[in-house]
Amino acid sequence: MLSVLRIAAVSAAVAAFAASSTAAFAQKKYDTGASDTEIKIGNIMPYSGPASAYGVIGKTEEAYFKMINDQGGINGRKVKYISYDDAYSPPKAVEQVRKLVESDEVLVVFNPLGTPSNTAIQKYLNSKKIPQLFVATGATKWNDPKNFPWTIGWQPSYQSEAQIYAKWLTKEKPDAKVAILYQNDDFGKDYLKGTKDGFGAKAASSIIMEESYEVSEPSIDGHIVKIKAANPDVLLIYTTPKFGAQTIKKTAELGWKPLQIITNVSISVGSVMQPAGFENAQGVLSAAYAKDGSDPQWANDPGMKKWNAFLDKYMPGVDKTDNGVVYGYGAAQTLAKVLEMCGDDLTRANVMKQAASLKDFTPDTLLPGVKINTSATDFAPIAQLQMQRFKGQKWELFGETISGDVPAE
Amino acid sequence: MSAAEEIVTEAPAVEAVPKRAMTLGYGTSLIVLAALIVIPLFVKNFIIFQMTMLLIYALAVMALNILTGGSGQFSLGQSAFYAVGAYTSAILMEHAGMNYALTLPIAGIVCFAFGFLFGQPALRLSGVYLALATFALATAMPQLLKLGYFEEWTGGVQGLVVTKPDAPFGLPLSQDMWLYYFTLVISIAIYVASVNLLRSRSGRAFMAIRDNEIAASAMGVDVALYKTLAFGVSAGITGVAGGLGAIAVQFVAPDGYTIQLAISLFLGMVVGGVGWLPGSIVGSAFIIFVPNIAESFSKGLSGAVFGVLLFLVIFLVPHGARQIAIIAQQTMAKFKKN
Amino acid sequence: MELFANQVLAGIATGAIYACMALAVVMIYQAIDHLNFAQGEMAMFSTFVSWQLMQWGVPYWGAFVITVVFSFFAGIVIERLLFKPLAKAPILTNVAGFIALYAIINSVAGLIWDFTIKQYPTPFGSSPFLGSQLISTHQAGMIGVTLLMLVLLFFFFRFTRVGLAMRAAAALPESARLVGINTSWMIALGWGMAAAIGSIAGMMIAPVVFLEPNMMLGVLIYGFAAAVLGGLSSPFGAVVGGFLVGIFENLVGTYIPGVGNELKLPIALALIITVLVVKPAGLFGRAIVKRV
Repeated sequence: MLSVLRIAAVSAAVAAFAASSTAAFAQKKYDTGASDTEIKIGNIMPYSGPASAYGVIGKTEEAYFKMINDQGGINGRKVKYISYDDAYSPPKAVEQVRKLVESDEVLVVFNPLGTPSNTAIQKYLNSKKIPQLFVATGATKWNDPKNFPWTIGWQPSYQSEAQIYAKWLTKEKPDAKVAILYQNDDFGKDYLKGTKDGFGAKAASSIIMEESYEVSEPSIDGHIVKIKAANPDVLLIYTTPKFGAQTIKKTAELGWKPLQIITNVSISVGSVMQPAGFENAQGVLSAAYAKDGSDPQWANDPGMKKWNAFLDKYMPGVDKTDNGVVYGYGAAQTLAKVLEMCGDDLTRANVMKQAASLKDFTPDTLLPGVKINTSATDFAPIAQLQMQRFKGQKWELFGETISGDVPAE
Repeated sequence: MSAAEEIVTEAPAVEAVPKRAMTLGYGTSLIVLAALIVIPLFVKNFIIFQMTMLLIYALAVMALNILTGGSGQFSLGQSAFYAVGAYTSAILMEHAGMNYALTLPIAGIVCFAFGFLFGQPALRLSGVYLALATFALATAMPQLLKLGYFEEWTGGVQGLVVTKPDAPFGLPLSQDMWLYYFTLVISIAIYVASVNLLRSRSGRAFMAIRDNEIAASAMGVDVALYKTLAFGVSAGITGVAGGLGAIAVQFVAPDGYTIQLAISLFLGMVVGGVGWLPGSIVGSAFIIFVPNIAESFSKGLSGAVFGVLLFLVIFLVPHGARQIAIIAQQTMAKFKKN
Repeated sequence: MELFANQVLAGIATGAIYACMALAVVMIYQAIDHLNFAQGEMAMFSTFVSWQLMQWGVPYWGAFVITVVFSFFAGIVIERLLFKPLAKAPILTNVAGFIALYAIINSVAGLIWDFTIKQYPTPFGSSPFLGSQLISTHQAGMIGVTLLMLVLLFFFFRFTRVGLAMRAAAALPESARLVGINTSWMIALGWGMAAAIGSIAGMMIAPVVFLEPNMMLGVLIYGFAAAVLGGLSSPFGAVVGGFLVGIFENLVGTYIPGVGNELKLPIALALIITVLVVKPAGLFGRAIVKRV
C-alpha cells in the first residue's frame, strides 16, 4: 500500500515538474489556496505549552508577510498567512494541519515547527500532495525527495553540523578526549549520531563520555560535575539555549577549561553568551549560517539593517536578541522568493518545483558566503556553515564556509 | 506535641453522586446518539477527524471519571496509560503486522494489567500523595518510551508512524469516516459497559469506598481489591482510547504523551462533572475546542485566554456540565407541572 | 570516592533550589490543605517583577523587599478574587482553578518579558565557597536564606497567635471558627505568605537556572516531591526533603549503570513513593488519624 502510494506520488510530481518546466509563465494556473488576488499560506507553531518560546518565529513570519502585502504583495497577490497553535503536541499538529488544508484551504503548509509535529503530518501532506515547505527542524530526514517529494527542509541538518565539529576536531585536535552533553530527544540524538559519524572509526576511542539530560531538569550542574570527573579535553554542548548558558557558566565556576563547542541552536550573543557571562564564554567554538541580531559586528551590514528596519516598523518592542526573530525572517524571505519565482503558475506542483530550483539565493540574514541551493535531488536548502570563535563580546568567523550535506538514509 | 496525633474529620475528596444521577435519561441519550451518527455525513473530513478525537478523549476522560468519580481515587497519571495503549497498538500494527481492530483489546488488557499493578502501591496512598505518585508516573512515561533499550520497538525519540486503515469490505467510506464510526461503536460499547459496571455490585463497592472507606470495609467490601480493580478498569479503557488515538493520528511519539495530556484529561473530567459519565464528552469537547477558541483571540496570550475561560466555567458551574444537566432537568420538571 | 563526595556536594547545591521551593509548598499546604500547581509560576512572575525593578535602577535589596511585599499582597488579592468564590466548590474544581492560574501567569509573563533567558544578579557573588568549587557563595547564601526562612516559619507557626490560628484554620476549619478565628482571612493570609516565600525562592533560584517564563516548570515537580518526602506538615521536613532529593538524584544518575542517567527523575520519584508507602505521611510529617 505504502509503496504504491509513494510511486504514485513520485510519478505525479515528476510529471508535474516536466509539464510546467517550459511554460511556467504562459498562463495563469491555480490550485486550491491561490487566486488572482491572494495566496493562502498555512503554518503551525507552539504558541502555548512548554515550547512556546518558539512562537516568536510564527509572529515574525506573520509580520514579514504583512510587510510584503504593504509593499504590494507578490506578483500582485496578497499573502494570507494563517498560523495555528499546536502546543508542540503531535495529535494537535495533525488536527491543526488538517484544518489548514481542509477548512482554510491553504496552498502550502510552510515552516511547521518541531520534529515530532512534522513527522506526524508528513504522511498526510505527502498523500494529499500538499507542499510541506521549509520545515523548522534540523532533522536529516526532511531531505528525502524520493520517498517524500512534498517535504523540504530549510536549515542545515543537526547531523551535518555535528559532523563538521567532529571533522574539525579530527584535524585540529586528533588526540583529544571528547565528552558530549546532549538533550535526550530527537534534537540531541541527531547531534550525537552526527558526531559519531563524523569521527568514523575513531569514534570509540575519541568519545569518552556521552551524557544526556532531560529538558525538565531545572539545573544541569550534576551532569557537568560528572563530566568533569572523566576529565575530557573537549566538551561538545548539544543543548537548548538555557542549558547552554548554564553549561558555560558552570564549567567556569568549576575552574574547568575544556575546549567547548556549542550547537548552533544556542549561539545567541544576547540570550546565551551574555547571560552565561562574556568572561566565561571566551574561546567557545560553534558554527553558524545566519547572522546574530545581537552581535555588534553586523550593525552596519545592509541585510541586517533591513532586518532592523523591518522589526522597528512591524514588530516594535520585540526582543532582538531572540534567534527566532532572525530565523523567521530568513524563512519567510525564502518562501517569498519561491512564490515570486512561481509567477502566475501557483499550483502546488510548481511551488514544489520552484522550491527545488533555488540557485544561490541569499536571504538578508544569512552569513556572507552562505547560499541557498536546491535541486530535484537536493531538498536541503541551507547546507553551509562556517566555524566561529567567541571573542570579546562577539563571534569571530574563521576558516571557509563548509558544506555539510548529509544524504538521506 | 510530636507524639500527639491529630484527629480529623475529613470530608471525602469527591462528593457523593448517587448512581442514578451518573447517567443520562433514555430520550436525551437517543438524541445525542442520533447527532453523533448523523453529523459526520454532512461535514468535512477534518471535522470528522476532530469528532473522532472527541470520542477518543471522551473515552479517556470517562475512564478517569470511573476512577475518581466512581472509586474516589485521584490520578494525574492517565497520560501514562494512554501512552501504553497507543504504543501497544502501534507496535503490534507496525512490527507484528496485526490488524488494527485486534490490537485494541490487547492494548486494553495490557493497560488493565499495568493499572492493576500500579494500583497496588497506590493503595497505601491517598489525596495529595496519590496525586504525586500518579504525577510521577506521568512524568516518567515519556522518558521510559525514549529509553535506548526499547528503541528497536518504540522508535525511541523519533516515534513510530502508523498506517491508517481503509474501510473494510469495500465500503464506500473515506478512511476518516470509517474510523469515526468504528470509534463510535467502540465508545458506545464501552460507555454502556461502564454504566452497567457502576450499577453492578462492583460499582456499588467502588462508590461505598469513595464515600467512606472505613465504613465500606466494615460492611465487608474488599477495599484493596476494589481500589486496584478501579485502577485496572480505568487504565484499560484509557489504553483502548490510546490505541484508537494512535490509529487516528497515525503517529506515536514520546512528546505526544506528556503530563500536559494528563492535565487536559483531568480538566475534561472537572468540566464535564466529576462522577457524571455523560459529562465526559462535554469535558472532551472543552479540552479540544477551547484551546482553539483561546488561540483565535490572541496568539501571544492563548494560554491566558484559556485560563480565563476555564475560570469562567468553574465560576459559573463549579460542578461542571452535570450542574447544567441538573438545572435543565429541574426546569423541565417545572414546565411539566405547569 | 572523590566523585562521590563531589556529587553529594553538587546534590546539596541543587537540593537548595528544591528546598527553597518546598518551603513555599509547605506554606500553602498549611494554609489551604492542598497543593497549588500555580505556585511556581507565581514565584517566577515575582522574580520577573524584581528583575524589572532592577532594570529601572532600583538596587538589589530594594527590589528584593519591594518584590516580597508586592508578592504578599498579590497572593492575597489572587485568593480574594479567584479562589474565595470557589471556597464552596469541590476540591477538584479548585485544582482546575490552579491549572487555569498557571496558564494565565505563564502566558502573561511570556508576553511581557519574552521567552529568552535573562541573567539574574546574586547578592552573594559566585566565587567558590570555602575553597570548594562545587558550591559557590551564591549557593551557600541560598542555603543560608532557606535555613533562615525555616527558622522564621518554625517560630511563626509555633509561637505566634496568627501562626497558630492559621494552622487551626487549615486543619479543623469548623472548630477554628467556633473559637473565633476568621478562617477565610487566614486562608488569604496563607496565600500571601506562600507567595512571599515563593518570591524569595524565585529570586534565589534565578541566578542558577536563569530567568525565563518556564524556569519553574522542573523546579516545582522537584519542590513537590521534596515537600511530600519530608512531610507536608513540616517545614523542617521539606528542607531536608529538598536536600535529599538533590543528592538522591545525582547519585542515581552517577552510579546506577545503564539507565541511571536517562531515568534519574523516575528513579528518584520511585524511591520517594517507596518511602511514602512505608511512611505515608512522609519522613517528618505527623500521621493523621481519620475519625469515621
